[in-house]
Amino acid sequence: MDKSSEASKNSNTLIWGIIFIIGAIMLVWSMSTSRTGQVWVTPEQHAFTADADGKYSATDTPSSGDIEWVTYNVVPDSELTQEVIDSGSVTLSWSRTIGLWLAAIFTLFILSFLVGDNPAYKFAEALVVGTSAGYVMVIGIWDVFVPLLLGKLAPGFVQTAFLPGMDVSAGTQFLYIIPAILIIMLLFQLMPSGGWISRWPIAFFIGITAGYRMIGYVEADLVAQIKAGIVPLWVTGENGFAFWASFNAVLLTVATLSAMIYFFFSVEHKGFIGKTARIGIWFLMITFGASFGYTVMGRIALLAARLEFLFGDWLHFIPSS
Amino acid sequence: MLKILQNIDRRWVFLSMLLAVAIPVLAKTVFPVNISPQTMMVFNAIEDLPEGSRILLSYDFDPASQGELLPMAQAFTRHCSIKGHKQYYMALWPLGPPMVDLSIDTIESEYPNLVYGEDYMKFDYKTGGEAVIRMITQDLRGMFELDSKGVSLDEIPMTKNIKNIQDMDLIINVSAGDPGTKQWVQFAATPFGITTVSGCTGVQAPQMYPYIPEQLAGVLGAIKAAAEYEAAIDEVYPSIASNPKAQEAKRRMGPQLVAHSLMIGLIILGNIIFFVSRKRGLA
Repeated sequence: MDKSSEASKNSNTLIWGIIFIIGAIMLVWSMSTSRTGQVWVTPEQHAFTADADGKYSATDTPSSGDIEWVTYNVVPDSELTQEVIDSGSVTLSWSRTIGLWLAAIFTLFILSFLVGDNPAYKFAEALVVGTSAGYVMVIGIWDVFVPLLLGKLAPGFVQTAFLPGMDVSAGTQFLYIIPAILIIMLLFQLMPSGGWISRWPIAFFIGITAGYRMIGYVEADLVAQIKAGIVPLWVTGENGFAFWASFNAVLLTVATLSAMIYFFFSVEHKGFIGKTARIGIWFLMITFGASFGYTVMGRIALLAARLEFLFGDWLHFIPSS
Repeated sequence: MLKILQNIDRRWVFLSMLLAVAIPVLAKTVFPVNISPQTMMVFNAIEDLPEGSRILLSYDFDPASQGELLPMAQAFTRHCSIKGHKQYYMALWPLGPPMVDLSIDTIESEYPNLVYGEDYMKFDYKTGGEAVIRMITQDLRGMFELDSKGVSLDEIPMTKNIKNIQDMDLIINVSAGDPGTKQWVQFAATPFGITTVSGCTGVQAPQMYPYIPEQLAGVLGAIKAAAEYEAAIDEVYPSIASNPKAQEAKRRMGPQLVAHSLMIGLIILGNIIFFVSRKRGLA
């Protein structure tokens, strides 16, 4: 083993050691001073009763035949005292407590990637990807496929089976057979032969998307932005010449023109063009710097949010978020 | 010393960054916030509307951006609720509806006088991104026949007279990418002149500023602008300042300051090491 890999291994052990010691101290401290990772809830009763017209309204005195259900509200730490628990008005929610622990453990699994790739990270990553894919598929079926395709082709069935509020007065809309056929053609991608059939709906989809986007970009990013870039360089206000507004207008014009000249390769970048292009590079660099700064801010905000969750909802060192 | 610094394990930097963020979070450090003119543009776009104006709020983000965008989304909800605007929620991302539900939870717990269907309502997720926007600018019912509870739009008081989103007084888009603010600008704000404001991630913010003021009435860029927006609401409506949940973005600016200071220090240190190494012929 060479010196650098040995130093890396030692450093790795030391960092893991520090993290585990700090984590263990925090967990023990939290468990000895608060109800670590516990979620307590209060039940809330809901009841709706129907009037003569069949319209439902809320009622405090439910009777048989009314619709009733219970929801559970989380009790904040600040309100959770031993007296409240002893009174029996709150109960420990095992499902939410287990969910909280899983969320905390998976957060730690994901953060462990910073120390190095490991099986815990891989497990958490696979679970996130799988859960997201499954969730998106279910949402797609119930929010899009059922109401916007099946509901158009078999409105009576969809209204009876899934969506009682759906308007069926338009009847079966046969035009929707076309997207149904395109979907079936797309599924040929999964067949061992006949994969070429799926290229037709893919081509259709790409064509539609390209056309849609082209219109959007031409109107909003080309024409409107050219218009927004043509501004008076000498700005006057109520008190005459407005220095900063004029300065901004000149800066905008110089930055736009110089950055565009940098990307204009039909003329060799030397002399006046070269110098202008160099100014353009500076403006581009400042823009990239601003983007980098904003990106860092975003990432730190995400880290702060996860730490607020760990220190607040889980360990109860700070009020829950 | 120079050799140690040259070969320092990057994980020490990660650990120091973790501590730089964790300590202010634990210490609940909050710094004063100065409200910028850009944030005031967004605030005024909502504040200047008369009570009962129709506002479409599209939450185009998912849990991956929740830490950065949820505070501003919640601030939008609180501001619209205080002002008594009609709030229409939707999402162009499949994982957006749970984010909308968090705002609806806020309305139900903090503004119990507001009634679902009369003051606020929610549409389901629909796939298609810009195609959804394009469709609802012409025909709302062509895309959303029912609300998220399965009730026909014709039976909901606040939607029965809405033909399309050109009937909205303002669009608020909270965006983490594509589809998001760019698509709302391209397919709603620019072609139909619907007043639109955006709250977006830091990564997107520099691409959105050129749309101000013609195509966007204002942009909240990342958590800093969200903190400024919270401060602006606190100034005009002091009662909200005592609600700790309404100060989430301001709380997250404490770790930002310490972490950014650390990062600036590390960039300067890295450059010093590079130039010294080059001078000594080690680089």
